[in-house]
Amino acid sequence: MSTAVVTGLGVVAPNGVGAGDYWAATLRGRSAIGRIDLFDVEDYPSRLGGVVTGFDAENHLPSRLLPQTDRMTRFALAAADWAVADADIDRSALTATDLGVSTASASGGFAFGQKELEHLCADGPSHVSVYQSFAWFYAVNSGQISIRHDMRGPIGVLVADQAGGLDAIAHARRSVRKGAPLVLTGGMDSALSPYGLAALISSGMLSTADDPRHAYLPFDRKANGHVPGEGGAILTVEDGDWARERGAHVYGEIAGYAATFDPSPGSGRPGNLRRAVRAALADAGVGPDEVGVVFADAAGDADADRAEAEVIVDLFGPRGVPVTAPKTMTGRLYSGAGPLDVATALLALRDKVIPPTVNVVADYALDLVEAPRPLTASVALVLARGRQGFNSALVVRAP
Amino acid sequence: MNQRRVVITGIGVVAPGGLGAKAFWERIVAGTPMTRLITAFDSTDFRSRIAAECDFDPFQYGFSEHDIGRLDRAALFALTATREAMSDSGLVVDRDDAHRVGVSLGTAVGATLRLEERYRAVSHEGRDWLVDHRLAGPDLYDYFVPSSMAAEVAWAAGAEGPNAVVSAGCTSGIDAVGHAWDLIRDGSVDMMIAGATDAPIAPITVACFDAIKATSNTNDDPGTAARPFDRTRNGFVLGEGSAVLVLEELQSARRRDAHIYAEIRGYASRGNAFHMTGLRPDGQEMAAAIRAALDTARIPATAIDYVNAHGTATRQNDRHETQALKRSLGMHAYDLPISSIKPVIGHSLGAVGAIEVAASAMAIEFDVVPPTANLHHPDAELDLDYVPREARQRKLSTVLTVGSGFGGFQSAMVLAAPEAVAA
Repeated sequence: MSTAVVTGLGVVAPNGVGAGDYWAATLRGRSAIGRIDLFDVEDYPSRLGGVVTGFDAENHLPSRLLPQTDRMTRFALAAADWAVADADIDRSALTATDLGVSTASASGGFAFGQKELEHLCADGPSHVSVYQSFAWFYAVNSGQISIRHDMRGPIGVLVADQAGGLDAIAHARRSVRKGAPLVLTGGMDSALSPYGLAALISSGMLSTADDPRHAYLPFDRKANGHVPGEGGAILTVEDGDWARERGAHVYGEIAGYAATFDPSPGSGRPGNLRRAVRAALADAGVGPDEVGVVFADAAGDADADRAEAEVIVDLFGPRGVPVTAPKTMTGRLYSGAGPLDVATALLALRDKVIPPTVNVVADYALDLVEAPRPLTASVALVLARGRQGFNSALVVRAP
Repeated sequence: MNQRRVVITGIGVVAPGGLGAKAFWERIVAGTPMTRLITAFDSTDFRSRIAAECDFDPFQYGFSEHDIGRLDRAALFALTATREAMSDSGLVVDRDDAHRVGVSLGTAVGATLRLEERYRAVSHEGRDWLVDHRLAGPDLYDYFVPSSMAAEVAWAAGAEGPNAVVSAGCTSGIDAVGHAWDLIRDGSVDMMIAGATDAPIAPITVACFDAIKATSNTNDDPGTAARPFDRTRNGFVLGEGSAVLVLEELQSARRRDAHIYAEIRGYASRGNAFHMTGLRPDGQEMAAAIRAALDTARIPATAIDYVNAHGTATRQNDRHETQALKRSLGMHAYDLPISSIKPVIGHSLGAVGAIEVAASAMAIEFDVVPPTANLHHPDAELDLDYVPREARQRKLSTVLTVGSGFGGFQSAMVLAAPEAVAA
């Protein structure tokens, strides 16, 4: 079966816009978590967020796209441009039908939606934007990216809460295996708008701490919820043979993947993250001893942290594998988190260094990486979980 | 490699005028439009005031007051269709096999009804940009992320395999079933609860289609408002509903002697990279999706016995689709029946593709082509056989169903009769 390799990275993250800036900030342990300044958060119980700064949409997008795009779509379009540029694709060798798009978005263009709901309620139905029919929906990023890059191959959109980003990458791998030479894939979310933050707060998952250093502490005894962030990553995924033939720079291979769902709450039965990890490793054909680092989901909730730690310890042994959560610097990016962790894992494999987790004093017999550490192995495992029981695991391997 | 084969062994449908697969089928074969003036809210100020609504009483389907309070209408539809599909297939998911059963649920607009309702509460009817989160209620997050509906379906079915919402706008339904087909074929799972749901009849949805004049404004005669392939057509009519299918790997279905409606032989999706709401008139990309679906099915275009069309009744869709069929099926496009069930059940956005897969499977089961209701005035530009008004008896071995949606999504799926499966 053909392999799927990553040849381009496009990153929009709170602590770095562009893969280079993001990676440098991440290795320095620079956290972007701070008080949300996109609107007045004074009356909300959770006021911290990982806000993307230094992203000027006017600089990245043609002006005609601005009125029709939500913030997360602007991020996605810019990240897609960078992923394409990074892959250095020779379009003359490809037809539009060779090119696919698979993205994830957990909550769509939510701020755009809020604005149009306001127009509807305050001004009347005839004031709703002509762009509302698509700017709000979950499929918008795949549609806009395909138009911008004239990609007319297989197209898809997945939503699986905070695990959906990894599922989208797996969807892209499936498209490659079915014959598409190149697919843009990843996830992007931004819900840091007044109604979006209200929705996030209603989940009960958010930390109410006001000190950025003590607000998102996964695997720490003092874990008290998470901090929401915005952004994500878009990756260029190609057929391995095609990439080799054209002499592309390859970051690594999407070597294994699996997803599971937990039993219903109250069933008293254990979760299925373990099964997802085992199946992903088996899919990649690697044993636990070959894995050099685990990019943890790192929920920041005591029960969820314990469950994840138990799976890691069970499969790798106590302190048996380095574990890291660079998302402690960005907050949780929902469907953007998995793809950003995959990009980070690929950069870690390239530079042979594990990026750190910040602010956390680790518990649960985990070997949590608190300062950059050399990485010798060539395989990384990325985990992502969604509320209600979504589990996805993805294995990347250095070229 | 010997490719695993995927069959449909259970069908559940919630559609306007057809609660339950049997009632739905009878309704579309009779061709009685269910489109009417909107009763869900006061539509006085809207351009299009018509929809095909489900007279759906959740209490009648055994939902508790608690569930009705917390679940969006689209989730209630999906759960109702899931129960029917599971019972129809006789499938009981054993704990030991739960991880071999997944969920793939399509939706275009998720929990729009509840998102709008809660927005009105937290913003004081749109007065405050800085909303009052204390008025949001405990379930807002579930409406915010539509995969909560797939979670509900998984719990109802006892499925612990891969689970996701597929949200590709108006092709979500076909794509969700296609995603499930992929996962069974590649061996990730043996069974999938696959379908789609949407309950979009809310002011915000009606307004957003008003804004681009995509919907019909034949408000004075709602029953004739959706007129696909008719030269007087003037837009689609919004609908709502859900269809859920039980998909199984062929050997697994045979082992438990399950009834097989049809085999899913091929599926493909393509982007048109043209416009978020516009279609290239030549139908190139839908044709590419159809050809790719036929290729994976290893079925020649000439073997198709019936096309279940997207047929929304917008000016551009019906032209686009006709061109796509000619481009992909060649002269055979002129020889086979093509019909749209949307004049009867409306266009339920992401749900309708799954409802149309269900209709295609039932067409194979009963050897009947459901008609295109309301088609009275042929359009010179649309010169194929769109089966006006009357159902036709016809032996159906292979059926093609197609979808097209905002964002440029074009999807096609090929189903075949179980006789062919026996081979």
